[in-house]
Amino acid sequence: MALLSFERKYRVRGGTLLGGDLFDFWVGPFYVGFFGVTTIFFASLGTALIIYGAAIGPTWNVWLISINPPDARYGLGLAPLKEGGLWQVITICAIGAFVSWALRQVEISRKLGMGLHVPFAFSFAIAAYVTLVVIRPVMLGAWANGFPYGIFSHLDWVSNTGYQYLNFHYNPAHMIAVSFFFTTCFALALHGSLILSAVNPGNRGTVKSPEYEDTFFRDVMGYSIGTLGIHRLGLFLALAAVFFSAVCMIISGPVWVLGWPEWWNWWLDLPIWEASSGGSNP
Amino acid sequence: MTAYQNIFTQVQVRGPYETGPALPQGDQPRTRGKTYSRLLGWIGNAQLGPIYLGWTGVASLFCGFIAIEIIGLNMWASVGWDPIEFVRQLPWLALEPPPPEQGLNILPPLNQGGWWLMAGFFLTTSIILFWIRTYNRARSLGLGTHVAWAFASAIWLYLVLGFIRPILMGSWSEAVPFGIFPHLDWTGAFSITYGNLFYNPFHALSIAFLYGSALLFAMHGATVLAVSRYGGEREIEQITDRGTAFERGALFWRWTMGFNATAESIHRWAWWFAVLCTLTGGIGILLTGTAVDNWYLWAVEHNFAPGYDTSATYVGPPLPVQDQGPLPPLPADAAGSLTPVPEDGAIIPTPEATIPEGNVPAEGTAPTTPPEQRPAPSEQAPRN
Repeated sequence: MALLSFERKYRVRGGTLLGGDLFDFWVGPFYVGFFGVTTIFFASLGTALIIYGAAIGPTWNVWLISINPPDARYGLGLAPLKEGGLWQVITICAIGAFVSWALRQVEISRKLGMGLHVPFAFSFAIAAYVTLVVIRPVMLGAWANGFPYGIFSHLDWVSNTGYQYLNFHYNPAHMIAVSFFFTTCFALALHGSLILSAVNPGNRGTVKSPEYEDTFFRDVMGYSIGTLGIHRLGLFLALAAVFFSAVCMIISGPVWVLGWPEWWNWWLDLPIWEASSGGSNP
Repeated sequence: MTAYQNIFTQVQVRGPYETGPALPQGDQPRTRGKTYSRLLGWIGNAQLGPIYLGWTGVASLFCGFIAIEIIGLNMWASVGWDPIEFVRQLPWLALEPPPPEQGLNILPPLNQGGWWLMAGFFLTTSIILFWIRTYNRARSLGLGTHVAWAFASAIWLYLVLGFIRPILMGSWSEAVPFGIFPHLDWTGAFSITYGNLFYNPFHALSIAFLYGSALLFAMHGATVLAVSRYGGEREIEQITDRGTAFERGALFWRWTMGFNATAESIHRWAWWFAVLCTLTGGIGILLTGTAVDNWYLWAVEHNFAPGYDTSATYVGPPLPVQDQGPLPPLPADAAGSLTPVPEDGAIIPTPEATIPEGNVPAEGTAPTTPPEQRPAPSEQAPRN
């Protein structure tokens, strides 16, 4: 079961980081490994605690279930389970599961003789999560600054946190992050489209070679980054989006506590404008 | 090991300049310049150009230039033609759509949104001409037209924002202004006006596809780079005649998450995620104010937002109140400065400083001290 036609020859021993041969086996399509075991441990415990939190909470409506961080009065201390302690343990479980998952990806990469780009990329996502629920709350002095675990409650948190700084769109790192997200989506559309258009030419003949792909982009915009370059660019754009997302949160509170629109006053107050007649101030 | 991560092209080989396959009868010739860029060669192809101009390309550039000129000159006029103030205030400057009293008038006075309509017309013409260009270039090379249809999805969102929704709302004033901060202000005000766009399910889908696009490109880009030592970037070959590169890439994800795409299907996932981002986003904008006035109330009605009953009068014991007082005064020199937080971090409440021990109401009970005996706001902890 679950074995692709070419899979058997790739299922070899070795490449593990921890545990030697002990957990070096597959279950169905899944590779296990030492970090598979720790992933299952953390993920099961975290999920069970979320279900427990839902059970003692006010609703079973899946959109509204929310595991909230402790009140600000607990500062950076431990809170009783029902008053945010669950959130703290679930956060530990989440980080444990995410890090285990990344290390399991390292083991699988080694087994398949691949580079470590995927776990490296995933570590950016983990770092962004840790920024939101550990680093920023610690810098602000209370776990209360973490975000609640719930489908719409975390959106409320995003709204509320954003409006604390009046208009979060003025956060310069947020601007950069959003621009990278949009650019990533744009580049993904172009790359996906180009490959599909080369191998699915419709009634216009045979499958085309990369020469045609390059020529299409040169004809349209004067430059084609090429088959290898587009994957470097895509990975960079996606990781930059995640990186600047983390930056835009870490500077909101620990670095800047006023509205983000006010932050831009430094630009208006630069000494280089002195020669001007003044115009009309915005 | 680091030698195999393939982050940069370490040895740039410069072959003959690629001019591309011949174009069919009726097409214009491509430009003839032959430029290489060593800098670009570190990441991707070193070759710059040639480009195909063609009449749609020239017309698109021309219309785009006119639109930018109209926007820029209006902004410049708005600061009294002062060149220094134009640069200084540029991020704040706007070319606003017509005011509400102009409705859908297509010939309002120039300074009442007439310039905005004209800029919008030329920008839209430029974009549509460029769409025709992507379609024609693909056909001339015998490629599928996937790029053009993905582009059409982005144009859909653009047209909803600036054309279709304003018409349904009966006023050009509903459209987005041109300008850097002004379009951000418009976005923020739009969400607040319609009861928080986060409760708009299509907005949620659009964001999920946006983040999903970043996730997919990170996964795909990383996988291809990780198998580039096996020639993984030769994707068309891997699609038509699967080799060890994509066998390894596929098995990586199969062993990781129990599921894998193929060399071709990952690009279908990519195409749909990117296309659905703007497609669902456009639907979400189109429904806002036309079909739904307040997304929060709509969400309460559909049981996915917590409702607050404002019709009943509360008659029970006093509810626990955490009166944390007003914000502490900011340092006098805080405004406009990069470092309003004192070096000792006093604005950030330390754990001890949050709420005095005796003042914490037990779960579900009223505070024991009546309000008049509680410490004055100035003695209490600052709000976070």
